[in-house]
Amino acid sequence: MNSAVKTVEHLGRGPLGRDELAALVARDIPPGSFVNLGIGQPTTVADHLPAGSGVVLHTENGMLGMGPAAHGDEIDPDLTNAGKMPVTELPGASYFHHADSFAMMRGGHLDVCVLGAFQVSGRGDLANWHTGAPDAIPAVGGAMDLATGAKQVFVMMTLFAKDGTPKLVPECTYPLTGLACVSRVYTDLAVFHIDRGGVTVVETYGTSAAELASRLEIAVRTLDREP
Amino acid sequence: MTAVFSDPGDAVAGIADGSTVLIGGFGMAGMPVQLIDALIRQGATGLTVVSNNAGNGDTGLAALLAAGRVRKMICSFPRQSDSWVFDGLYRSGKIELEVVPQGTLAERMRAAGAGIGAFYCPTGVGTPLAEGKETRTIDGRDHVLEYPIKGDVVLIAAHAGDRMGNLVYRKTARNFGPVMATAAALTIAQVHHVVETGELDPEAVVTPCIYVDRILDLNAKEATP
Repeated sequence: MNSAVKTVEHLGRGPLGRDELAALVARDIPPGSFVNLGIGQPTTVADHLPAGSGVVLHTENGMLGMGPAAHGDEIDPDLTNAGKMPVTELPGASYFHHADSFAMMRGGHLDVCVLGAFQVSGRGDLANWHTGAPDAIPAVGGAMDLATGAKQVFVMMTLFAKDGTPKLVPECTYPLTGLACVSRVYTDLAVFHIDRGGVTVVETYGTSAAELASRLEIAVRTLDREP
Repeated sequence: MTAVFSDPGDAVAGIADGSTVLIGGFGMAGMPVQLIDALIRQGATGLTVVSNNAGNGDTGLAALLAAGRVRKMICSFPRQSDSWVFDGLYRSGKIELEVVPQGTLAERMRAAGAGIGAFYCPTGVGTPLAEGKETRTIDGRDHVLEYPIKGDVVLIAAHAGDRMGNLVYRKTARNFGPVMATAAALTIAQVHHVVETGELDPEAVVTPCIYVDRILDLNAKEATP
């Protein structure tokens, strides 16, 4: 895992693209981990896991050892991922029912899950399932189980919403998914680590840590120990 | 004693109005479409349906919803790109919704089938889905008290069954099947084919016959002219 001692500012470039962000998350997943990738952007992390990483993908609908998306003749309606898209199985795969699949998660056996988010608080609270809008139909799926159960929860999101407001916030205003569960936040502009001591900027992309700090409403630390 | 049927109507006979029906499947994988179609023809109404999703497209559970037979949905993820039937009913106030975290949904049914009175679970603590629920700190961690979901009837799809009612599943279509099979008074499974007793490897049986009351043999139906 990335054990940075000094915040790295990548200044001579723009923000991370979606593919670059997925590659960055993949880089930080320890070899041999059991990992659940959430629906949407987190799913693309799988495309960047290095060959021979030994990472085993869990899908909450009941499988370990999930392979890439299925195409053409490979498509089997009995073999889908959590997003209900057809996938393949890798050698060593296993199938299990839903109660076992979530016991695996809740019981702390999954090393990492990667989720999208509407907001993350400075304490690591996560809001990613419901906007709370009166006309929105609430749908939680496995998000709360993943947030609560995985040993480490990584979030992938843009740092700022379309209206320019930060998504890394002092307190989530959207309905919560889990309390103090997020340990890392990967965004287009920076990577943050969250622990009991607060939020630390580990890397920035196309901006400085000082500039970022001025745009956020929470205190963020930098790492300044020389390697 | 498990009864094997070739006629879907016979397989769902006797389901009463107002029943709580647990319906297997994750999306369309493992959804017992033929049993649901038979339930629509059978006519039971005012149902409470427990299923992971609230119907996809226009078939299976979506068709049951469209037929107006469901009073309440208990599920984890009703909102999907192809859940227009449920969306319309919900927005017009024609259906009640209880959203349950997916793992809690599975465990509440597992508890019902396993004779557990209730259980403390860390999922959902501090969120709107834990509001009004009893909480307890265990080993330094907060938990919410969750109660079993017991069904009157279970409809599931398995890959194959034997004449005694033992079931095997295929790939991720297994999903809720084995859990739901334990959690109701009447468990009805549709299978692609029925084999003679003894033909399933006992080591490979996923749902033992004790849980299964009726089997619908889809292969027999297809074979009938």
